[in-house]
Amino acid sequence: MQQIPFFKSSLLVLLMLSQQVMAQQPITNGVEMADRLRADGKIWVVVAVIATVFAGIVFYLIRLDRQIGKLEKEVKEKKNENSLRF
Amino acid sequence: MKNTWWKALAVVIMTYVIFWGLLGPVPRQPILNESIRNVSFHVPLWFAMIILLVTSVTYSVRYLRKGRMDDDLIAVEFANTAILFGVLGCLTGAIWANFTWGDPWPNDPKLNSVAVGMLMYMAYLILRGSFDDEQRRARISAVYNIFVFAVFIPLIFILPRMTDSLHPGNGGNPAFGKYDMDNSLRMVLYPAVIGLTLIGVWITQLRVRLRRVKVAMDD
Repeated sequence: MQQIPFFKSSLLVLLMLSQQVMAQQPITNGVEMADRLRADGKIWVVVAVIATVFAGIVFYLIRLDRQIGKLEKEVKEKKNENSLRF
Repeated sequence: MKNTWWKALAVVIMTYVIFWGLLGPVPRQPILNESIRNVSFHVPLWFAMIILLVTSVTYSVRYLRKGRMDDDLIAVEFANTAILFGVLGCLTGAIWANFTWGDPWPNDPKLNSVAVGMLMYMAYLILRGSFDDEQRRARISAVYNIFVFAVFIPLIFILPRMTDSLHPGNGGNPAFGKYDMDNSLRMVLYPAVIGLTLIGVWITQLRVRLRRVKVAMDD
């Protein structure tokens, strides 16, 4: 359960960074929209896509890490049982 | 997960690299245009690969000195991750070269050297697969790993410099840092090297742990 603050903090950094991207809203014809995301030839969309890909890979790695951790624990426990028996 | 701080560090650094590499200021260069940002994403792959390979060789040497099977296992997995980074480096380089040099694989000495080097590392994996005896496999592949590394380094760092190459710092081209490198780019490139290396170590660690579990279950 040590895992959660780590994941949360990385998510927080991502959110904080995306704040800069989406918070500034230049006003055209008076209606406020998230214009930054569509400005600069829509490069921000690419930034969002790459960030999502990276977040997905990290999420996958963390899950794998936990699953292997569980497996390690199981093997260890089994080993201990066996050593008690023999 | 114990000792996760460096994994968190890797994620934080790479998040910074992705955002600042894409959005930060970069030098304005003809032909390269915005593709100069690839310096933050393509180049660190190679840096990280070299670091991982050095680690792999270190473990191979350690295996030969101490004869522990675990060291051999770690050496292979570091080489595996390094090869993954090498393949990704080749692919990203091909994409970049296609749009700046006009050809995904120009006859550049650096590219051809890397191709030879990658094939030598593939041969390392094939060599490992061809032994049934664990001890023999570990010993011979450790020696081969050291040998490949000793050939790989001059192949990619020295030989391209002795002829003309399109890569910066090779042949008649100005080195890294004179025209196409500035501090704003370094601010992303060096963290990217650290971040990618840590990600590589993370992947390697996962594979090593999985292999150790397998070994423990076989016993």
